Amino acid sequence: MNESLLRELVPAVIGVLVRRGADFASAEDAVQEALIRALETWPNDPPRDPKAWLVTVAWRRFIDAVRAEASRRGRELAVEVEPHADPEPARDDTLRLYFLCAHPTLPPDSAVALTLRAVGGLTTRQIAAAYLVPESTMAQRISRAKRRIAGLPLNQPGDLGTVLRVLYLVFNEGYSGDVDLAAEAIRLARLLVALSDEPEVAGLLALMLLHHARRTSRTGPGGRLVPLGQQDRSRWDTRLIAEGVTMLQAALARDRLGEYQAQAAIAALHADARTTTETDWAQIVEWYDELLLLTGSPVVRLNRAVAVGEADGPRAGLAALADVPPDLPRYAAATAYLHERAGDLERAAELYAEASRAATSVPERDHLTREAARVRHLLGP
Amino acid sequence: MKYLLLKHYRGAPASVNDVPMDQWAPEEVDAHLQYMRDFADRLEETGEFVDGQALSPKGAWVRYDGEGRPPVTDGPFAETKDLIAGWMVIDVESWDRAVQLAGELSAAPGAGGKPIHEWLEVRPFLTESPTVTE
Repeated sequence: MNESLLRELVPAVIGVLVRRGADFASAEDAVQEALIRALETWPNDPPRDPKAWLVTVAWRRFIDAVRAEASRRGRELAVEVEPHADPEPARDDTLRLYFLCAHPTLPPDSAVALTLRAVGGLTTRQIAAAYLVPESTMAQRISRAKRRIAGLPLNQPGDLGTVLRVLYLVFNEGYSGDVDLAAEAIRLARLLVALSDEPEVAGLLALMLLHHARRTSRTGPGGRLVPLGQQDRSRWDTRLIAEGVTMLQAALARDRLGEYQAQAAIAALHADARTTTETDWAQIVEWYDELLLLTGSPVVRLNRAVAVGEADGPRAGLAALADVPPDLPRYAAATAYLHERAGDLERAAELYAEASRAATSVPERDHLTREAARVRHLLGP
Repeated sequence: MKYLLLKHYRGAPASVNDVPMDQWAPEEVDAHLQYMRDFADRLEETGEFVDGQALSPKGAWVRYDGEGRPPVTDGPFAETKDLIAGWMVIDVESWDRAVQLAGELSAAPGAGGKPIHEWLEVRPFLTESPTVTE
């Protein structure tokens, strides 16, 4: 049995414990302990029924914890040690877990950690490694999050918007540690698509697939960043693109547009073009207009201006930047690019250097420094 | 023994090869980045690398301003201030080894492919547990 199959069982096992009367926080802890035990023992001694094994071990851990708590307080045991036959788990159990773990009262980083543990079945150690924080810090973050949502009923409809945001945050974390978080986010989004028929869920999955299809072409030797225009499009994963496009078309046909569907539509138009010049920039600008209506986000305004620059020329792009707040992290980079296209190399070089100082990641900083050097070099000594 | 290697954006004595990075040739930028990556990789292989992080030049000074008041901030940093660009923690057997490694890092190529000769700050960690002296 491989690790991913084991992890897929985690939300269902939490669901069983909760149905037997365990509170979510204790059930989740018990299942995490059972999971760690399974990771240690299964390779040498695989169980015949993995799910039943997890339920049994987790339930025993839960009872031990309740016993310890009861004796500490001098109280009677409040749950039955041997449960009656388990009630048939509902399909919605896992969906409710998504809602609870990404509850709007939780700060985003806590919601991310809790979702990865309770729905994703990752260990605290794996999550900590992926986010480059000590394991004890991550453990604390998760218990604080659970205390915060303690007492919230598991049977209330939740906020799908925050669930989608959490999954997209996980997706954008990419790959560090031994867990591929982008792939994990896709797995969790696939699972969610099976549980919810909201078109935005399909929109988010389509967006992830379309971005993921370009992943290998996005970085060059030594981890250097390769911008869209210079990517080797023959390396794009056409199978993922086809799946993303099909999923997006089905979602759009439902006629309930949302921000993820609009973003996926833009990603699909890029995926569809063999070169940047063959890209349907006019249609991309239209999708940015839709996206702007949906979100009003200044980042969308910035990206729209770059698309306008491609559709109607760099001067039009620079004019479209007029109503974008200049303190956005990528403002200087976008302005530099448009100035270079407009032929103002002097200004472009200055702006690329400024953009490198405003960069928020090492690959972006290095890329923008290289761009500054490249444009300055075009100017001659 | 652990040492902190500090690299400065500003505030260190001027390096020998002092041309700003955005005025190098693009391939010189690549060569520099490659050298830095190779350096960190080599230290991981020798078991001397502990941690490292690059810092954005953005940020501000912050201090407490009394009960019930929000902290005071002073920033972004003025051009003249000492400004740290990044740090690396190494765990090596001696001060001499720390100095040797800092020297290697400072030899990273810059404009014209020549070493930058950049000044790096090397600082020993205070240890967590006291030395037994009795």
